Amino acid sequence: MAVAALSPVWRRLRRNWLSIGALALIALMALAAALAHWVAPYEPDDTDAAAALAVPNIHHWLGTDIYGRDLLSRIIHAGQVDLTVALGATALALVIGCSVGVVAGLYRGIVDLVIMRCVDSVMAFPAFILAMAITAALGNSVTNVLIAIAITQIPNYLRLIRSEIFRIREMEYADAARVVGNPAWRLMFIHLLPNALPPIIVQGTLAMGYALLTMAALSFIGLGIQPPQSEWGSMTAEGAQYIVTGEWWLFLFPGLAIVLMVLSFNLIGDSLRDFLDPRMRGVR
Amino acid sequence: MTDLPVIEVRDVSVRFATDRGDVHAVDGASFAVRPGEILGLVGESGSGKSVTATAILGLLRRPGRLTSGSIVLGGRELTTLGQQELQKIRGVEVALISQTPRTALNPLITVGQQVARLFTIHSGLGKAEARRRAIEMLTLVGIPEPERRARQYAHQFSGGMCQRVMIAMALAASPRLLIADEPTTGLDVSTAARILDLLRELCGKTGASILLITHDLGVVAQTCHRVAVMHAGQVVEVAPVRALFAHPAHPYTRALVHSIPRTDRTVAMEPIPGSVPSLLNVAPGCRYAGRCPWVEARCWAGKPGMTEIAPDHHVACFAVENGRAAAA
Amino acid sequence: MPRLLELDDLKVHFPLRGTAVWLRALKEGHASVVRAVDGVSFHVDAGETLGLVGESGCGKSTVARTLVRLARPTGGRITFDGAELTALGDEAYNRIRPHLQMVFQDPTASLNPRLTVRRMIEEPLGLHTALGPAERRARAEAVLEEVGLGLEFADRYPHELSGGQCQRVNIARALVTNPKLIVLDEPTSALDVSLRARVILLLEELRQRHGLSYFFISHDLATVRYLASRVAVMYLGIIVEEAAAEELFDRPAHPYTRALLAAAPEPDPEAKRDPFALSGEIPSPIDIPGGCRLRARCPLAKPVCAEPVPYREVAPGHFAACHLL
Repeated sequence: MAVAALSPVWRRLRRNWLSIGALALIALMALAAALAHWVAPYEPDDTDAAAALAVPNIHHWLGTDIYGRDLLSRIIHAGQVDLTVALGATALALVIGCSVGVVAGLYRGIVDLVIMRCVDSVMAFPAFILAMAITAALGNSVTNVLIAIAITQIPNYLRLIRSEIFRIREMEYADAARVVGNPAWRLMFIHLLPNALPPIIVQGTLAMGYALLTMAALSFIGLGIQPPQSEWGSMTAEGAQYIVTGEWWLFLFPGLAIVLMVLSFNLIGDSLRDFLDPRMRGVR
Repeated sequence: MTDLPVIEVRDVSVRFATDRGDVHAVDGASFAVRPGEILGLVGESGSGKSVTATAILGLLRRPGRLTSGSIVLGGRELTTLGQQELQKIRGVEVALISQTPRTALNPLITVGQQVARLFTIHSGLGKAEARRRAIEMLTLVGIPEPERRARQYAHQFSGGMCQRVMIAMALAASPRLLIADEPTTGLDVSTAARILDLLRELCGKTGASILLITHDLGVVAQTCHRVAVMHAGQVVEVAPVRALFAHPAHPYTRALVHSIPRTDRTVAMEPIPGSVPSLLNVAPGCRYAGRCPWVEARCWAGKPGMTEIAPDHHVACFAVENGRAAAA
Repeated sequence: MPRLLELDDLKVHFPLRGTAVWLRALKEGHASVVRAVDGVSFHVDAGETLGLVGESGCGKSTVARTLVRLARPTGGRITFDGAELTALGDEAYNRIRPHLQMVFQDPTASLNPRLTVRRMIEEPLGLHTALGPAERRARAEAVLEEVGLGLEFADRYPHELSGGQCQRVNIARALVTNPKLIVLDEPTSALDVSLRARVILLLEELRQRHGLSYFFISHDLATVRYLASRVAVMYLGIIVEEAAAEELFDRPAHPYTRALLAAAPEPDPEAKRDPFALSGEIPSPIDIPGGCRLRARCPLAKPVCAEPVPYREVAPGHFAACHLL
């Protein structure tokens, strides 16, 4: 009986194995990062001069750096920073972008005009340049990088939600909600916003990957998160110096961590949207 | 009538595979459309009438598939043909008029160009000749000032006019069978009346037969020569239109006819009891059994075959066969 | 009988926008407007049903929308239960809402796809009454049963319901605050012909049981005949005929009404069709001709039809706007 009830779920899982795999990977890395203290074999700052620049071996699965620090442990700990900032920046941008976008979409007129011109000014800058400028202005820290990335992302969500709201506000259930007597804020947040979210969700997951890359790029050029705080981007930057001398693992593994994370986020985007849609249950 | 039917659908079944099992959308449907007639295919939403039309046109896509039956068009078996051959038949021997005419027209090219294109593709005519024929078709379907209108775009046409253009395009290659799928949905009462008049007129003028799919018995009564009634994927009754309304035999047809209000007098409406059964993993047998006042044990066991209860009047019902459900 | 709803010379005009329009307005000396509703007056008594029929573009939907404040009137008055709606501010109007509800045309589209049936029916209670959660739940379930849906439907989503079931949910939602008048916009047009009987009979039963009044709009003449006690016919923004239902259908006075009835297909192959028909198509409500609006299409048109048309009583309780009567 239970098997029969599970079988539609199983069929869905089988079709989406790629997304499920991606989700599992994200969950695994997030968990490892959260429990880094217990999961990592060594402390990230423990030096061991004797084992410096060791090729991946049985004691150090991913090798060590020039100070003898275990690379695997550093990558796991760095995951905390990377995932926190990626998630945090995306979440912040989503909340602000959606709230303001809904207001612009619902009220239109002068309110919309003012909001959109502000958005236009932000979008006039190439996103990365803007992130650089904000980080440089605010100073190098995890929080500031989070804010900088969030600001560059806000216009995307805002515009997306706004155009979805334009489409939805003319629908009959929006009219029905008005006639029933919903005040404007309920109309916005209970009726319109949840229905405008699907494209946002996909955009959000893609943007997580973008946030990771931006963070990495910022550290690469010396802004944002700097050593001794480890972050995949800065680790990749450091590791790049050692390619010439043959220590390939110092560059490859942090870079691989970034690639795998970004890829996984991209893969789960569509599936997450479908999963959250009550209409998609039981349909191909 | 001893002429060969234009199209004969025999025992066609269609299934859709879904997460929760198979939906048996059509179960053993059989009917034929004769030369020069308008056959109405009547049923509620979910009765399988549109799916049947899709199957005839060879447009069934996964997860839907034809699981059994034959469709013979002018002597040719369609179910065994590949897509390439079906493509040659679609538009030429069988054409479709769909529900939403405006969305079926290309918004980027003029109406005249769209119709002319069909002549170029199907009849191999040159541009000037194709254009001339296009204007002819537009005149045939009753579009005023066809020369001027041919230069306009779809959005400049009203709903009724768009439908006329669709009919013109469907008739471009002089098909033997025209399938009209709810052609008057979304049209005003008076526009709808004129489109139906047009279809009747064209049936007579061009000799094409029409398979008119609708849920509106009023449309059927005014336009069709014969009617096939479908319920939950099964064809339950086929009869000439007068006989169907005067002496509906199948319990579903009877219930249907009595559930409809009229404009010319106030009638007591009786809604059809029960509701359409789910077609998911459905049991064999007559699908009206759960709602039928004359249901017997064998109705659940197997689907009744079609029996002729009057000249040209066929019903699929055990209770009618053995006289329990006396004629109205 | 007290008049529950009264419309007095209601006008709803929509200004056209755009540069081309503006240039044209300069040339012609006046602004272009869409005169969707151009002077409509009628009333609904308590406990009765008024049907408004007409084809697309006649303005009937705009009348309905104006009643529930989805559109603003440009002129005229609407009086509901003694209060003049047009003069009320938003706060005050909100207090009227529980008494004046609406059922929309497309049953599935008027339900929020992300909310369950239960939440949608309870929503008006939360907005307009002081009932606690348990009481709201009980009332929602009671209304759900009244419209013929079992409790198992309460936790379903709109996409899991058929068209007929969605329509019942709409009706339940409109009913839950015990309104005095329900505006119904084409309540059966999106449904199969075989389902219409159920919904029509349900509406009639609810009306009798609760003493409701209905104002309903339809192009389905048969439904109107069954449900309405009085019927008004609308064309290009004005009412051209009004009478008791049977009187209007059996003895239509205005040529437009005659044409509509002639075009409606009867489910009876033996029924004789009246060949009376109008020529051409419905003109745009932007440039409305003076005199009788049907003039260009009416087979009976005479020179006098270019004069302004009087709205007269042509038989007891039967009004029509036509020169030739």
